[in-house]
Amino acid sequence: MSGWLQHLPILPVVLPLFAGAAMLLFGETRRRARTILALTSTIAQLVVAITLLGMSGGLISAPWGSDVGVYALGDWAAPFGIVLVVDRLSAIMLTLGATLGLATLVYSLARWERAGAHFLPLSQFLLMGISGAFLTGDLFNLFVFFEVLLAASYGLVLHGSGATRVRAGLHYIVVNLVASLLFLIAAALIYGVTGTLNMAELALRIPLLVGDERALVDAAAALLGVVFLVKAGAWPLNFWLVPAYGAAAAPVAGVFAILTKVGVYALVRFETLLGDAAPAPFGGEWMFYSGLATIATGTLGMLAAQQLDRLAGCTVIVSSGTLLTAFGFDGYALTGPGLFYLVSSVLASAAFFMVIEMAERGRAIAADLLAVSFEAFGLQDPQDPRQIESVVGFPIPAAMAFLGLAFVLCAVLVTGLPPLSGFVGKFTLLAAAIAFEPGPGSNAPHPGLFIAALLLSGLAGVVALSRIGTRIFWSTERSVPRLQWTEAVPVTALLLLCVALAGGAGPAMTYFNTTAQYLEGRGYVEAVLPGMTVTEGFAR
Amino acid sequence: MEIILALAIGIMGGSGVYLLLRPRTFQVIIGLSLLAYAVNLFIFSMGRLNLGRAPVILPSHGSNPAFYADPLPQALVLTAIVIGFATTALFLVVLLASRGLTGTDHVDGREPEQE
Repeated sequence: MSGWLQHLPILPVVLPLFAGAAMLLFGETRRRARTILALTSTIAQLVVAITLLGMSGGLISAPWGSDVGVYALGDWAAPFGIVLVVDRLSAIMLTLGATLGLATLVYSLARWERAGAHFLPLSQFLLMGISGAFLTGDLFNLFVFFEVLLAASYGLVLHGSGATRVRAGLHYIVVNLVASLLFLIAAALIYGVTGTLNMAELALRIPLLVGDERALVDAAAALLGVVFLVKAGAWPLNFWLVPAYGAAAAPVAGVFAILTKVGVYALVRFETLLGDAAPAPFGGEWMFYSGLATIATGTLGMLAAQQLDRLAGCTVIVSSGTLLTAFGFDGYALTGPGLFYLVSSVLASAAFFMVIEMAERGRAIAADLLAVSFEAFGLQDPQDPRQIESVVGFPIPAAMAFLGLAFVLCAVLVTGLPPLSGFVGKFTLLAAAIAFEPGPGSNAPHPGLFIAALLLSGLAGVVALSRIGTRIFWSTERSVPRLQWTEAVPVTALLLLCVALAGGAGPAMTYFNTTAQYLEGRGYVEAVLPGMTVTEGFAR
Repeated sequence: MEIILALAIGIMGGSGVYLLLRPRTFQVIIGLSLLAYAVNLFIFSMGRLNLGRAPVILPSHGSNPAFYADPLPQALVLTAIVIGFATTALFLVVLLASRGLTGTDHVDGREPEQE
């Protein structure tokens, strides 16, 4: 049994790979077999992720003893072999990805899965890429898993076709292809200078570089930072995000909620590994100021959005910006609260995209634009209920009641209003920022900027969401949307998870703070390369 | 020899970036291909430029690394080329779909308004 358990780290990559490949063998006709395969694989991935979460947190005894599990692919030892590393941060992100995968899969089985070809295999490959990116301990392997998840996402963003989707998808594909080329340049340059691609060994070698070599690695790190910021949706690299996420099908947009966080995760991973010697983009002022700019432009986007899907894209941008700013603080004071906010915002964004799609059914096409022009020109809506005296009350169908409640919950979570997990996340971030003491002699940016940005973005979110929400749910000219159980249940599950996160905020914050303390130490490097010392930065 | 390689990478990279910023999808895809060539040459050159060395271990030379070319960048280039194939093919399909659905080959999906 223990011999089988030690292969757990590879399962989140291998399970979706084989499931997706088997589904392609089944072809388009055996729908039932493919559905069962997809559900089995995704549920298995969730179980594995939760087990790894328990193992890295010390709740379950792990076959690798300590907190950090290192899995050597092909039994080739690091630094020459590629390793998968399961530590607290990877386990949190894995569980998040698996949860989102299961929720959006169940949602898609209602009708979106049939809107195009190969939805189920593509979503399995997307999960494979996401899991691999979180687990890998090798820089080029990170590139490969990035490509896997990007290739699957290109297919998924086009799912369902149509001019809007293909146009937004074209821009999304070009931007990400250019980012991949930059990633290649950066990875090759880092290898050429340091002689290694293993992240733990880079953490040992890069601090020792001086002079020209350090300058080359700084340039490569700048390119790498650009790549991760493109993925994370930082301004001014995020113009592709709102159209792409708005045009994508609802279950696809739901699972894309975690894709921006893959970029944030990569930035945090390199920041924590390289520590004080980190090049400019990883940690410190660049992350802080780009995060602030992202929050600012995302807030303006939220206020200016006339359609609900664009508003949702802007909320994803604001949450990304908040995370970048939080992780850009000196030291690790905001890392724990940042992780809490990450989990809460990902779950809330995914639920939000699915609620939006359900709420938009039954509305007239261009109803939003009509409403805006009514407001702008001061015209009276011909269906204005204030003009109708014979109305006593409208019966609210169950579907509308559910959607309204779900929308309100999502709005509360996304903007950080009490009492749910969005509020807990923002509150802990604010408390840590107010209590922040910069180290002696550092010219760190003032935490007041972050506090102001956090509060103003919350206010703008409340304004924008309530304005659009009243327009959607309180207009008289709409038909009741028809929902299915397989669509309502995943949304409910995600929202209940957020409620549980708020209720169990104490243990959750303890876990995240322990993760932050672990990231501050050298546990990762010690686990991957036990006892290795490096005397010079250059390999040959 | 280094100057030739550097010039090649630079010229292809510069042309690729120029074409990438053009408004027609065909120019964009050619730009992406040129950029991919430049990047692949760059990765390959990270193994340092040698003459007459192969990444194959010969019994006569033993395990002294000075006699061999670095195999790792060559493996990286192979991976990058293969990934480039797939993404270029995918982008071609999207290009054709966009042309069919929007009726124009402009990257924005519609012709710019005449001033």
